[in-house]
Amino acid sequence: MNEIAEKTANWMDEVWNSIADSVMTWIRVVGDMTMFGISSIQLSFKKPYRYAEIIKHMEFVGNQSVFIVALTALFTGLALSFQLYLGFKMFNAVNMVGPTVALGITRELGPVLTGLIVAARAGGAMAARLGTMRVNEQIDALDVMGVNTKQYLIAPRIYAALICMPLLTAIFDFVAMMGSYILCVKLVELDEAVFWDRVNAMIEIRHINEGLFKSAVFGLFFAVICTYRGFNTTGGAKGVGDATNQGVVSSMVMIIILDYFLTNVFIRSFYHLTGIQQ
Amino acid sequence: MSEAAIRLVDVKKTFDGKEFVVNGMNLEIPKGSVTAIIGFSGTGKSVMLKHILGLYRPTSGLIEVLGQDISLLSKDELTIFRRRFGVLFQGSALFDDMTVLENVCFPLTEHRPEYSEEKVIEVASKKLHQVGLDPKHFSKLPSQISGGMQKRTGLARALALDPEILFYDEPTTGLDPILTEMVDNLILETHRQSNGCTSVMVSHDLEAAFRIADYVAMLNAGQVLLFGTPQDFFKTEIELVKRFVAKGMKHR
Repeated sequence: MNEIAEKTANWMDEVWNSIADSVMTWIRVVGDMTMFGISSIQLSFKKPYRYAEIIKHMEFVGNQSVFIVALTALFTGLALSFQLYLGFKMFNAVNMVGPTVALGITRELGPVLTGLIVAARAGGAMAARLGTMRVNEQIDALDVMGVNTKQYLIAPRIYAALICMPLLTAIFDFVAMMGSYILCVKLVELDEAVFWDRVNAMIEIRHINEGLFKSAVFGLFFAVICTYRGFNTTGGAKGVGDATNQGVVSSMVMIIILDYFLTNVFIRSFYHLTGIQQ
Repeated sequence: MSEAAIRLVDVKKTFDGKEFVVNGMNLEIPKGSVTAIIGFSGTGKSVMLKHILGLYRPTSGLIEVLGQDISLLSKDELTIFRRRFGVLFQGSALFDDMTVLENVCFPLTEHRPEYSEEKVIEVASKKLHQVGLDPKHFSKLPSQISGGMQKRTGLARALALDPEILFYDEPTTGLDPILTEMVDNLILETHRQSNGCTSVMVSHDLEAAFRIADYVAMLNAGQVLLFGTPQDFFKTEIELVKRFVAKGMKHR
């Protein structure tokens, strides 16, 4: 009996130690990542300023993501509107499809889906590119050339994501509403004037701003996570693959978690403090 | 022996707090010389090189480069100090999204803001000519040129800022004998042309080390086992050095 108790205690110890190790590692990585992001942004305020690099990365993160974001937005607008149409039809409230889609898109789906798409496309590319540069000694070469690698490689990517995400989200919002318009007005033949009138009546500029603010935060987070993973790649091709995988997966999970906290903690607190009705 | 360009005094380095990768290393590399660092795999050659470049900080000991204790430099000061070095990496480490010419222009645009665009291109082209690269390759990407040409480009980039110390990290590893000889000759020629530049080469290639270098340092277990001229290595009574030299020369 004593032996069983001892074995159970040992097993419990092992489980506890393994959980404690994982938590400590996670805390260390989050701390490292935070310092990495902060120091990179701090360095961007020192000369030489890397405007050209920011523009170059904005072209990649923003311009090259427009098509895929717009395509996703169009079909999201169409599918969401169709589902809502079926639901509202049961209550004879089909005029509410437009504003419901508009609220859902601008406050939630727009920033979240744009974040997920761009984190997968541009974030993955950031991690893979920096990881390859690390294993091919290109980052070491920059270091010994006297170039500040965080200032040159990391800060411009963070700024590019931070600036482009709200712009892409605005495109997503617009195209998704066009999708909703096509379905509601052109396919199921709701009244066009009523559709826009209801949308206008229920949507306020702050709803759009809320989504744009969230998307900028998502941009900041996925850029820091993916560049951190890529910059600290170890090993060869496997290391690059692992860094890309970890960067993209962590970014996507983080976007979903952050969305909840941003909506229910920060934004509600902001409305509560300013007295604005949600 | 002339004044030291690099001085290591009792340098120790441990990554895990237990095992010392560099264990009390003492070394003086004379100014203006070609010095080869040789040794078995895992003896601390690359770690030592990264210490001299300031990429690693020693656990204890003194590292003096060009009269400056580099462990006293802040990150920003170190970044500026490194502009006095040139490094040819094992895999050349060329930026793959830049052309050959752009790779060599890069350090100049970064650190010579007073240069006009024409002047930058002129200096970069001169360096590429110095290492014997044909102008028809200037506009190609690194992936479009051969391994030998990549080495030449890497060397031209390392020379761009007229460094006081040139480091070669395993410059001939993985190259065929003809390319190896080409790179060896390139190092010698570059050293002759550069005015008083100190060259430090980390290598497995004993024959090249003995042919090119004025001095050779052999590392073992994180320490310098023997430092001297190539002739000293053939005269030594140290058993490990004798075995290493015998094997190294036979394998060529």
